[in-house]
Amino acid sequence: MSELNELYQEVILEHSKAPRNYRRPAEANRTAEGYNPLCGDHFTVYLNMDGDSIRDIGFQGSGCAISKASASMMTQTLKGKTRAEAERLFEQFHRLVTGEQGVSGNGSELGKLAVFSGVSRFPARVKCATLAWHTLQSALAGNQQPVVSTEDE
Amino acid sequence: MTTLADRPQLDPQNAALPAAPAAAESLDIAAIRAEFPILSRQVNGRKLVYLDNAATSQKPRAVIRALTHYYEHDNANIHRGVHWLSVQATDAHDAARRTVRRFLNAAHDNEIVFVRGATEAINLVAQTYGRTHVAAGDEVLITAMEHHSNIVPWQILCEEKGAHLKVAPIDDRGELLLDEFQKLIGPRTRIVAVTHVSNALGTVNPVREMIAMAHSRGVPVLVDGAQSAPHMRTDVQDLDCDFYVFSGHKVYGPTGIGVLYGKAALLDAMPPYQGGGDMITSVTFEKTTYRKPPARFEAGTPDIGGAIALGVALDYIMDLGMDRIAAHEDDLLAYATESVAAIPGVRLIGTASRRAGVLSFLLDDVHPHDLGTILDDEGVAIRAGHHCAQPVMQRFCIPATARASFAVYNTREEIDVLAAGIQKAREVFGR
Repeated sequence: MSELNELYQEVILEHSKAPRNYRRPAEANRTAEGYNPLCGDHFTVYLNMDGDSIRDIGFQGSGCAISKASASMMTQTLKGKTRAEAERLFEQFHRLVTGEQGVSGNGSELGKLAVFSGVSRFPARVKCATLAWHTLQSALAGNQQPVVSTEDE
Repeated sequence: MTTLADRPQLDPQNAALPAAPAAAESLDIAAIRAEFPILSRQVNGRKLVYLDNAATSQKPRAVIRALTHYYEHDNANIHRGVHWLSVQATDAHDAARRTVRRFLNAAHDNEIVFVRGATEAINLVAQTYGRTHVAAGDEVLITAMEHHSNIVPWQILCEEKGAHLKVAPIDDRGELLLDEFQKLIGPRTRIVAVTHVSNALGTVNPVREMIAMAHSRGVPVLVDGAQSAPHMRTDVQDLDCDFYVFSGHKVYGPTGIGVLYGKAALLDAMPPYQGGGDMITSVTFEKTTYRKPPARFEAGTPDIGGAIALGVALDYIMDLGMDRIAAHEDDLLAYATESVAAIPGVRLIGTASRRAGVLSFLLDDVHPHDLGTILDDEGVAIRAGHHCAQPVMQRFCIPATARASFAVYNTREEIDVLAAGIQKAREVFGR
């Protein structure tokens, strides 16, 4: 498989065209906005937290196929997870897309998210894949910052 | 390959002469390409097709050599040494200023100020001319198609002074609404700052007419030439602009060097920008007196090598002939517009009747970043994003565009590769 096909896997394209949980949950009690000022990608992540666990999660906004698919699959993965589990997953996901974990993502808890391994060959696109996750982190932290920006890492 | 001597020499002093005889003789693009070492390299296993010239142009061998030659043979600080090398460096730096004057057809060498780039030049004018002429309640007029570098410096000034930033609107083709522009020049307008060519849309503004409109109300005009200087003949006296700025790296020169042109009378009356060495006549702890322009605005050791190499870059394109460059690039833009617009799902952003160097477009709902990545895989370098012109994106209600931008070394064959790459993106995204 070429590097390009590894990046734009069928699952990713499919999620980018029909993103899951693309909505504001009625009972959202945590929200954060994420923005990549260099490219203009812009997402809002909504959480309905039940104590420490994510009862519901949704997102809205605009961005490229990678950022949108990443947001979509993140919401699918995280429903029902605890905050600690979400943060551990982000850590692993970050290692996956930056190539620190080998390209396969095998042996991690990432499951379906392993399709994003191809991103590691495209350093310019790492920020696309992680935007929704950074935004999630901000929402979990309780809206301290009005807008999380990928340029302030 | 044509040599310097083969070509009819254009007389940049006399830009009023008809351009036709020079433009009629077309350029030897293969020979020009051979002068740009980077164009022969491969990207992702493919031949590089560099179509991101509005971001920065590639450099001909002469410019690269000028930099190394300077550091290998002539490096010394200018304006201070009695030693031989310092004199050499000073002479070369002065010669570069004269070359810039010829390139712009400015009246005097001392109207040419070396800066880091167009951005610094605009900040310089905002912080010196602007701070002394703009007061609370006054207005600064720009257009809706400005690059951030011709918005933010004025915003900072307006915020500091309690002045208002006025914005002349554009239409759906990306053309300035000239009537609206004229109406916005009012009794409180203190300066007009307008781009000659839009970096995001390619629109060529009728700056000569706009300058006449502003002057009829006694308002000076700054022209942002960052995107026009590489693509067309510039004559600041013919335009009658008060300030004109451009960046060296977009006209085949190095990064880190650019130019502010200002009419002598305006520069003479302006306070310094930065303080330091080289810009003073005398310093005591009680009082410092400043040198005349351009030295007043060039505090500290300048980018000497950069200025010299910029002079070489300008000589290079003046020798090719700005009118011939413009004719070649107009042909490329027309060809690219036709080829790309013919691809199903493509929507052009910016369809002004006069455009230069830039083709901005969207492909269905494929995000420009994805398009950029797929084209990169084919060796094609384009820009995807908001092009530092977010208000333009807001005007068209889009987050970003894909932008192909052209230089003298580009060819129709390269545009065919671009078009094929866009077709491939359609396939990847299942269209």
